[in-house]
Amino acid sequence: MSQLEIKDLHVSIDGKEILQGVNLVVKQGEIHAIMGPNGTGKSTLAYTLMGHPNYTVTKGEVIFKDQNILELEADERSRLGMFLAFQYPVAIPGVTVANFLRSAINARRRAVNKEDKGMPIPEFRKLLKEKMDLLKMDNAFAGRYLNDGFSGGEKKRAEILQMATLRPEIAILDETDSGLDIDALRVVADGVNALTGPELGVLVITHYQRLLNYIKPHFVHVMMGGRIVESGGPDLALSLEEHGYDWIREKEKTEEAA
Amino acid sequence: MLRSAQDDTSWMRIMQEKPKVVVSKTRRAETAAKDFAFTQADIPAASGAIASYRTKAWDAFKKQTLPDVTLEAWRRTDIHAMPLDSFKLPAEGAYKDLPSVPADLLKPLVANQHGGQIVLLPGGSKIDLDESLAKQGVIFTDLKTAQKNYPEIVARILGQTVNVEEGKFSALAGALAQNGILLYVPKNVKVEQPLHSILWGPGAGLAHISHLLVLVDEGASVTYVHESGSPNESNDALHAGIVEIKVMQGASFKFVELQSWGRHVWNFTHERIRVERDGNLDWIFGAIGSKLTKNFSELDLVGEGATGRMSGFYFTDGTQHLDHDTQQNHLAPHTTSDLLFKGALKGKSRSVWQGMIYVAKGAEKTDGYQANRNLVLEEGARADSIPGLEILADDVRCTHGATVGRMEQEPLFYLKSRGIPQKEAEKLVVEGFFDPIFQRIPFEGVRERFQEYIASKME
Repeated sequence: MSQLEIKDLHVSIDGKEILQGVNLVVKQGEIHAIMGPNGTGKSTLAYTLMGHPNYTVTKGEVIFKDQNILELEADERSRLGMFLAFQYPVAIPGVTVANFLRSAINARRRAVNKEDKGMPIPEFRKLLKEKMDLLKMDNAFAGRYLNDGFSGGEKKRAEILQMATLRPEIAILDETDSGLDIDALRVVADGVNALTGPELGVLVITHYQRLLNYIKPHFVHVMMGGRIVESGGPDLALSLEEHGYDWIREKEKTEEAA
Repeated sequence: MLRSAQDDTSWMRIMQEKPKVVVSKTRRAETAAKDFAFTQADIPAASGAIASYRTKAWDAFKKQTLPDVTLEAWRRTDIHAMPLDSFKLPAEGAYKDLPSVPADLLKPLVANQHGGQIVLLPGGSKIDLDESLAKQGVIFTDLKTAQKNYPEIVARILGQTVNVEEGKFSALAGALAQNGILLYVPKNVKVEQPLHSILWGPGAGLAHISHLLVLVDEGASVTYVHESGSPNESNDALHAGIVEIKVMQGASFKFVELQSWGRHVWNFTHERIRVERDGNLDWIFGAIGSKLTKNFSELDLVGEGATGRMSGFYFTDGTQHLDHDTQQNHLAPHTTSDLLFKGALKGKSRSVWQGMIYVAKGAEKTDGYQANRNLVLEEGARADSIPGLEILADDVRCTHGATVGRMEQEPLFYLKSRGIPQKEAEKLVVEGFFDPIFQRIPFEGVRERFQEYIASKME
């Protein structure tokens, strides 16, 4: 059973400290949600875990499969079993969804065996079709240029398709609900739910509680000022929905004063 | 603006402080720029119209000075460092002592089989044409054979689209072309098997001079692939070439030109294709080689309903300099042209694309399009992209676009986050960038060749 263990993580962008000591453990099979107001470092956490070069880790470590993954490049982290569903997936004009996914799968195979010739095309087609059917996606999707001219909903579904195909052990969903109407949200959430299970640990990052109506977390954390300030069960999300974040801010102040 | 003015001033100050140094440098450069060492005796023997064409070209060559950066067309391509007097024409049979053509250049690119193949070599050639095509009257041979056996057909195309007086290099190629091709497809003959020629130019210090002549007669159709290339050599070499093509009424011509000259080759071509009424041209360029290239490629749409598509692929690295001048001339009503050139650049290389759509008076209802897209992969490289329109008719549709972009970090991070290593991610982005060109190429083999080019440049 693998787990992602974040220990006292401090991260800066352009010299400004955004994360100020984050601690969190996500195990395979668990669904964690991180909530919090805008600008508290939720997305910084997501990008840092995946290895975006703009974020500088000043302190702490992230242990996954007995390695401090902060020392690894993004592609190595991915091949180790990590996945980030982007808030804003990037368009790659001229590269089809199928071509891209095949490259990603073959990169994994080649990391294991340098001489690997890549997944045979018929086998790949079958795999892709199976995953698209699972996510109720039109098979024509595979021939479109990756995220190029995709609607908001299509982009998020493409992210989930990638997750389904690459089968990570730890997946981070960064504001996967943003920009989606309620129907699109339901489709994407159904996709995520089709993939969850004992093999997959999920970290859902969201501003709103509504996504958590569809993806049921086991644990809910509140992030403020670059730290996790409150953790609890699913009911914590509901109370945030009802009372907003102010009561936590108040509580923080009181604790600081004490 | 302010900064450049300051720069000018400081530079002038240096000039004033050390005037002697600057002057002596200029003088040395002038001494280096001698003239070519060719003589009238180098003109290949011929008779009749061909002989007088070459004499006229020789006169133009002697009269013309070497183009320099004061000329608009040459403003971005400086050739003053070219060792003019070092180039020699290859002697008869010179190829026997030089590296032979690599097998992969001889492979068919656009079908399983060639209808014919010609290999042009320094001081020689090898010709092969399918008998069934010969029986239908198709001529596919080298220039020497053509001027001897088919002078009347040569006369129908020689000097008909490219004027030798256009420039120093067209004059040079017109006068001294030792090597060349004649392709003639008679009226209404549809050639199914593609034809293929290779200009293989090994040898340091050599001048490879070529002249391609193609006449696709009324209602005929053919696909023709011409490649030029050489291994890398230590001493400079020269290629000067003319390409003259006529696509007659209702004819259809697909033309693929690939250039992989060695890093020592100064490459100059003047190419013009004339398309008559309802004729159709699909013209594909792929360029990855040479030290420096200046290429003039022109499309003359002279008959109503004529259409021409030009698709260009280039990839430069090191200190390569590729300059492509294109012209789409709409000289009749209801003509259509569509140009897309895409290039990627690495190292300290430089590319120039300068394009012009010209619509003559009275050429109404024409539709012209031109676009040039560049992807600069490394800091030191530079792409210049200069589109142009000159429209003298009233009712036309002409659009153009030019962009120079850089490799961005976000797409690479996105691909890497899926497990794709940095180098492969870069290659994917570049392949994606070129995809619109691939989409325009109807030949799998050519697309594969371009993919090989990309892979070799990104190693």
